[in-house]
Amino acid sequence: MASGDKVDCGRRRLIVATAAVGGIGAAVTVVPFVASMMPSERAKAAGAPVEVDISKLAPGQMMTVEWRGKPVWIINRTKDMLASLKKTDDKVSDPNSDKPMQPAYCKNEARSIKPEIFVAVGICTHLGCSPTEKMKSGSDSGIAADWPGGFICPCHGSTFDLAGRVYKSKPAPDNLEIPPYMYLSDAKIVIGEDKKGA
Amino acid sequence: MSAMTAKLQGLLDWVDERFPATSGWKAHLSEYYAPKNFNFWYFFGSLALVVLVNQILTGILLTMHYKPDATLNGSGVPVAFASVEYIMRDVPWGWLIRYMHSTGASAFFVVVYLHMFRGLLYGSHRKPRELIWIFGMLIFLMLMAEAFFGYLLPWGQMSFWGAQVIVNMFSAIPLIGPDLSLWLRGDFVVGDATLNRFFAFHVIAVPLVLVGLVAAHLIALHEVGSNNPDGIEIKKNKDAKGIPLDGIPFHPYYTVKDIVGVVVFLMVCSVVIFFMPEGGGYFLESNNFIPANPFQTPAHIAPVWYFTPYYSVLRSITYPLFGLEAKFWGVVGMGAAVVIFFLLPWLDRSPVKSIRYKGPVYKTALALFVIAFGTLGYLGVLPPTPVRTLVGQICSVVYFAFFILMPIYSKLDKCKQEPERVTG
Repeated sequence: MASGDKVDCGRRRLIVATAAVGGIGAAVTVVPFVASMMPSERAKAAGAPVEVDISKLAPGQMMTVEWRGKPVWIINRTKDMLASLKKTDDKVSDPNSDKPMQPAYCKNEARSIKPEIFVAVGICTHLGCSPTEKMKSGSDSGIAADWPGGFICPCHGSTFDLAGRVYKSKPAPDNLEIPPYMYLSDAKIVIGEDKKGA
Repeated sequence: MSAMTAKLQGLLDWVDERFPATSGWKAHLSEYYAPKNFNFWYFFGSLALVVLVNQILTGILLTMHYKPDATLNGSGVPVAFASVEYIMRDVPWGWLIRYMHSTGASAFFVVVYLHMFRGLLYGSHRKPRELIWIFGMLIFLMLMAEAFFGYLLPWGQMSFWGAQVIVNMFSAIPLIGPDLSLWLRGDFVVGDATLNRFFAFHVIAVPLVLVGLVAAHLIALHEVGSNNPDGIEIKKNKDAKGIPLDGIPFHPYYTVKDIVGVVVFLMVCSVVIFFMPEGGGYFLESNNFIPANPFQTPAHIAPVWYFTPYYSVLRSITYPLFGLEAKFWGVVGMGAAVVIFFLLPWLDRSPVKSIRYKGPVYKTALALFVIAFGTLGYLGVLPPTPVRTLVGQICSVVYFAFFILMPIYSKLDKCKQEPERVTG
C-alpha cells in the first residue's frame, strides 16, 4: 500500500473479525483432540466390584486380588500385629487417618471394618509402585531391630505400618488408600462397593 | 567437457532454476567455513546425527514386527512383550536390528552429553549462539521424552513400573495433577491405552518434532558460524574475498575428519551390539526380560543410566516446603535440573568463552559439577539408604550451585587474554 493511500477501515474490521472467528474455530478443535485422550467408555466400565472369598486366609496371611487393574491386599492380622499399631502411633505422619484416604467407616485405628481383616490398595501414594510386604517384625525383616512389621516401597523407601499408615519423613505423602468394601458374609467381601453405593 | 558431463550439468542447471541445490550445497558444506582448530570434542555433533539416522532406520524396521498390545496372548504373555521376543528369535536379523536400536538409545545420550559438555568447555552457548543452545536443549528434552516413551514398548517389568512412576509424577502438580496423569495414561492404570499412545508418541509425534528441531539447530549454527576451542570469532578476520582467515570449508575437510570419527564410533558400538548388548544391565535392565506385572513392583527399580542423575535429584528432596508435599518439590527439583541448562547463555558473565582462557574458579566449578553429575548418576542406579540420600542431597546442592552462582563466580574469575587468531 502506498503511503498516501487511506486505510479502508471497514475492510480492515472485516479482516480482523474473520481472523478472530476462524481462530476461535481452530482453537475449539483442540477440545475433541484433547478429550480423545481421556479414558474411553470401555475403560470407565471396567471398574466393576470384585467378590473375594477370605475363609481360607489364616491369621498372619496376606492375599492380593485385582480391582480396577490395581493390586488390593487383604491381610488377616494377628493380635500382635494389631497391638503393634499402638506403638507406631507417634511414628506415622497421619495416625488418626485424618486425610480422606479411606471410606468413613474405616477411619479408625485399624483402618478396617473388622479390626483383624485389613483391606488396602497396594499402591504407594508416592509414585505408584507396589510396596513389598515386610510383615515379620524385628531384625528378621532386614529393616531394623525395632521394626514392628509393615510394608516398604522398593522405589523410594517409603515405609508403612500394618494399617497402611505412612511413617514420618518419607517421600509418600499419604497413608495407603483403603478401597470401599463390604462384607457379604463372614467369609466373603466385595471390593469396590459398599452399602452406600460407592 | 564430454557430452555426458555437459548433459549432467544441464540437468543440474535445470534443477538449480527450480530448487536451491547447488547454492544449498555451497552454503552448508563446500563454502561453509568452519574454524580450522576443531579438536576431539567436535566429533559429537555429527555422531549425534549418525545415531539419529540409525534410530529412524532401525525404528522403521522394528515397527514392521512390533505390536503395541497389552492384552494377553494364548500363552498368557502380553502381545507386546511376545512381539519383541518374536523379533529377537524369529525375524531374520531381528536381534541385530533391535540391539542396534537399544544400543543406539544409550549411544545417543553418551554422544549428546559429551556434545553438551563441549559447550560448557568452550562457551558454545554464549552470544551470539544462544538460540543454537536453546534449540539444542529442546532436542535434549525431546530426546528424553522419546527415550521414555520407547522404554514402555517392550512391556517388561521395568517398562511398566518406570512409566507408572513417571506418569504419577505429574499427579504431584497441585490442582490439575491427578487429572493430568489420568489424561496421559488414558486409563486409571498404566495399561493398553497407555501403551498405544506411547507407541504413537514414540514413532510419530516426537520424531517429527525432533527432526524439525535438528534442522533449526543446524540452520541457526550455519547462520552465526561455529564456535571453536579458543572461543573467539573467526569472522573478525577475513581475507579480501570475505572468507575467514582461520576458516576451512566444511567439505571436504571436516566431512573427512568426521568420517574417521564415525568409523571409530561404529567400532565401539559394534563391540556393544555384538558382545554386550545388555550393557551389563545398564542399557537393557534384567527386570525388563520379565513381562509387565501390575501387581508386583520389582524389588529394586531404577531408571536407565541416562536418567539417573535427575532421578537422584528427585529422591534427594524429602522435606515438604511452603505447605506443599515433598513429592511435588521432588518433581520440581528434577524438572529444574533439566530446565536450568536453558539459562546458561545468560548465567555465564565471564569476559572470555573458552576454558582455555578462563581462570581457576570456573575450572574448579566445572570439575565439581562433573563430579556431582556423575555421583548423582551413580546413586540413581542404587537403592536408597540414609547415607546415599545425604550424599545425593549434597551433590544436588553442588549441581544447582554451579548454575545459580555462575553470574557471580564467572565475573570474579581471573581470566587470561584471548588470542587474536585461533591457536593450534
